[in-house]
Amino acid sequence: MSGRIFLLGDNIDTDQLAPGQYMKGGIEALARHCLETARPDFADTVAVGDLIIAGRNFGAGSSREQAAEALKYLGVAGVVAQSFAGIFYRNAINLGLPVMSGQLPDSLTDGEVAELDIELAILQLSDRTVALEPLPDNIIAILRDGGLIAHLKKRFA
Amino acid sequence: MAVGEVVTVRVDLAMIHDSGGPRRVAPLLAELGTGLHNPDQVVLISDHYVPGDSDEGRQILRFTRDWAEREEVVFHDSQGICHIVLPQQGHLRPGMFVVGGDSHSCTGGAMGAYMFGVGATDMAGVLATGETWIKVPGTIMLEWQGVLADGVGAKDMMLHTCGLIGMDGGEYQAIEYSGDTITRLPIQERMTLANMAAELGAQAGLIAPDKVTTEFLAAIAAHDSNHYSRSLELPDAAELCTDTDAELLRHHRLDASALQPQVAAPHSPANAMPVSDCGNTAVDVAYIGACTGAKYHDMQAAARVLGKRRIAPGVRMMLAPASLQDQQLAAADGTLQTLQDAGAQLLPSACGICAGYGADRLAADTVCISSTARNFKGRMGDPASQVWLGSPMTVAASALTGRISDPREFLATVQ
Repeated sequence: MSGRIFLLGDNIDTDQLAPGQYMKGGIEALARHCLETARPDFADTVAVGDLIIAGRNFGAGSSREQAAEALKYLGVAGVVAQSFAGIFYRNAINLGLPVMSGQLPDSLTDGEVAELDIELAILQLSDRTVALEPLPDNIIAILRDGGLIAHLKKRFA
Repeated sequence: MAVGEVVTVRVDLAMIHDSGGPRRVAPLLAELGTGLHNPDQVVLISDHYVPGDSDEGRQILRFTRDWAEREEVVFHDSQGICHIVLPQQGHLRPGMFVVGGDSHSCTGGAMGAYMFGVGATDMAGVLATGETWIKVPGTIMLEWQGVLADGVGAKDMMLHTCGLIGMDGGEYQAIEYSGDTITRLPIQERMTLANMAAELGAQAGLIAPDKVTTEFLAAIAAHDSNHYSRSLELPDAAELCTDTDAELLRHHRLDASALQPQVAAPHSPANAMPVSDCGNTAVDVAYIGACTGAKYHDMQAAARVLGKRRIAPGVRMMLAPASLQDQQLAAADGTLQTLQDAGAQLLPSACGICAGYGADRLAADTVCISSTARNFKGRMGDPASQVWLGSPMTVAASALTGRISDPREFLATVQ
């Protein structure tokens, strides 16, 4: 599935992804405020299949899983960043939200159409391909199952 | 085990709180169709929605309390912030492998436990199976040598390091703090160091156990009310130190004697600078709070700066002690009275506005100097509020002048 790119900068933190004051409600209410301090129109304009492209240390801060859950709820198909904060990275995988890192070219433009392939580790654009760092097999297995709970269900079945 | 290898690890203890805990993991455990792998290895602490000042918050606390009773786990209800309550109640031991449902779980590294934060799904996996996976971390050594000047402390060391290596400088590896500066630090200052390994983006922030650690643990075990400090069979501290010939991923050498009090400008802990460089910024609110900055030691340090002075007119000073135990210690020796006489308003021992909760969140255009760990945009209130980070001593000095101020000026003339 392809979608549009939302280009974001470095150090996008979990308070931007899932603001603390909206944490007591459900994910639907919280997701409406996802990234509103960085990009006020984000929740209204993002569509299923869209991708986030960001700089260094995406997801810094809290362990709140809603940071990844809000993106998934809004239909984001994956996040590609130069680097990720460790807890966010684990959370995203556990929720089945693909996260991949790599050196991203400056030529990527906001709104450009792209598709993420986690098995081939590439970001496919209309006219070029960006190679990403391959994921370990155990992480691909969790993502393929749709997250940790679905993955563990097989074990408890 | 090689660095970078993905391994499955048995978990000795899992700590959860009211926000990321029962309300989030219970549906996941139900979906898995399994219960707790071992309720004896679970500690639940309510701190985020305490004191329950909204309908939703009260419902979350109610759910938390019911779940604790049903699942028969150890529950510390409204006793303070989890990262401080957990060690104070005797749950941590050097050498343990512990996960916590909160990013500042790395605080446990001050007690020599390998402890790190995870999200709710990760936690559900741990609760269901008793194990988790990690990538074997490399070690980033932060070696501090020299004597800190009076008025400079662990918080200043951490802000300086955030400025130096950045919020991703920890690379999600294990940081170890070493050197003669660290050896001299009391346990609660060590907790500040380990706590803010989170702001460096590390997985863990470890301090090798020594005499300070064992004395802290022995004091807890000696206390009759601490039923949870299981056996006091401490591991040989020498066995839990990094080998002198260990291979390090990075080795930063830092000079404590040259360090000045630090502040971090909005909106990142990495915007650190000496307090003298911040241009006398005027403040509306001075906040001493959170696991990072309102422990007993932090309150004592702030009280020393305040002396018998009163805060500046127009400044609101708020104090949310990190735990009830710390609040009681501060009450017993007059520290709390000094803070309140100076004009501090006492708030509940809970995460409070540091985590974006409660009625005291910062309004737009409010400038705050805070002893907490994070000053991300909008975290403590309106996105148009401005939060500067500093040590409890710098927060106290700034409350006295109404401008971000160097605490050393006041320590020289303690009233």
